[in-house]
Amino acid sequence: MSNVVDQITAENLKSDIPQFEIGDSVKVSIKIKEGDKERIQVYAGTVIARDGAGANETFTVRRISFGVGVEKVFPVNSPYIEKVEVERSSHVRRAKLYYLRDLRGKKARLRERQG
Amino acid sequence: MEGLIGKKLGMTQVWDKDGVRVTVTVIEVGPCPVVQVKTDEKDGYSAVQLGWRTQKASRMSKAEVGHCSKAGLEAPVSILREFKADAGEEVKPGDVLTASVFEGVDFVDVIGVSKGRGFQGVMKRWNFAGGPMTHGGHVKRRPGSIGMRQDPGSVEKGHPMPGHMGSRRVTKQNLAVVQVRPELNVILVKGAVPGANGSMVVVRKALKKKAVKA
Repeated sequence: MSNVVDQITAENLKSDIPQFEIGDSVKVSIKIKEGDKERIQVYAGTVIARDGAGANETFTVRRISFGVGVEKVFPVNSPYIEKVEVERSSHVRRAKLYYLRDLRGKKARLRERQG
Repeated sequence: MEGLIGKKLGMTQVWDKDGVRVTVTVIEVGPCPVVQVKTDEKDGYSAVQLGWRTQKASRMSKAEVGHCSKAGLEAPVSILREFKADAGEEVKPGDVLTASVFEGVDFVDVIGVSKGRGFQGVMKRWNFAGGPMTHGGHVKRRPGSIGMRQDPGSVEKGHPMPGHMGSRRVTKQNLAVVQVRPELNVILVKGAVPGANGSMVVVRKALKKKAVKA
């Protein structure tokens, strides 16, 4: 692809991409616009997947909300994501934790990463 | 100017002011030198002839080279297209038009030649359903019936059939202009435009949709 297209793509990427890994428990701070006011909403959950590359890169955060599994997909480079805080890292053996969808309660826990 | 000749560079995505992802096509518009100005008195109609894509003089006919040098162009251009000038706009041969033509324009039409797909069947070319692929289907990708019986006794004109697909002139109307970047000489339009990356497109101000409703 042409240099100009690459340049325009690069302008729309974040220079400080939040650092986190698959299996991390994270708090994602999302900017929400209401009229002309802006506020921050925090969405907490487990990172179960990271997809795509470059401008199209996204990550999926899963949480159990009122007994119902909820997943949200965020673009990594979205200007709407204020920050991503890592609460806890887990020992995981795969890149996509889709198996958590079929598990409930104690079985859906992840072992904390040592050291 | 009504429009410019340009080149489709490729697609990417940008964030708009609300933080929403917008898929855009990057089009390099111009630089288009004015080669000839046609007037009602002399030519019977008024138009501005723009050139695009400079070419070695040795690769063009003497008539073409002479036509370009008459306009005061340094290098001859291989492609010529006519556009209407805006009301009150004054251009003279030798002026070079670039992306700033589209400053303040909300919607454009993009005309290009679609990607050639070769000889295609009715399922790809006309979105026919085809027949069942399994359970012993004998009409897998066939068109099925193409008409009625003794009355009318013929296949209707223009009936969708297999044949050559793509590689034809396509106009995409009312594409929103997301950004105009004079320093890169490109404009970003929302969505896809006809043709392959690197191919020639004509970008003109939209004929039907003029501005965003306030």
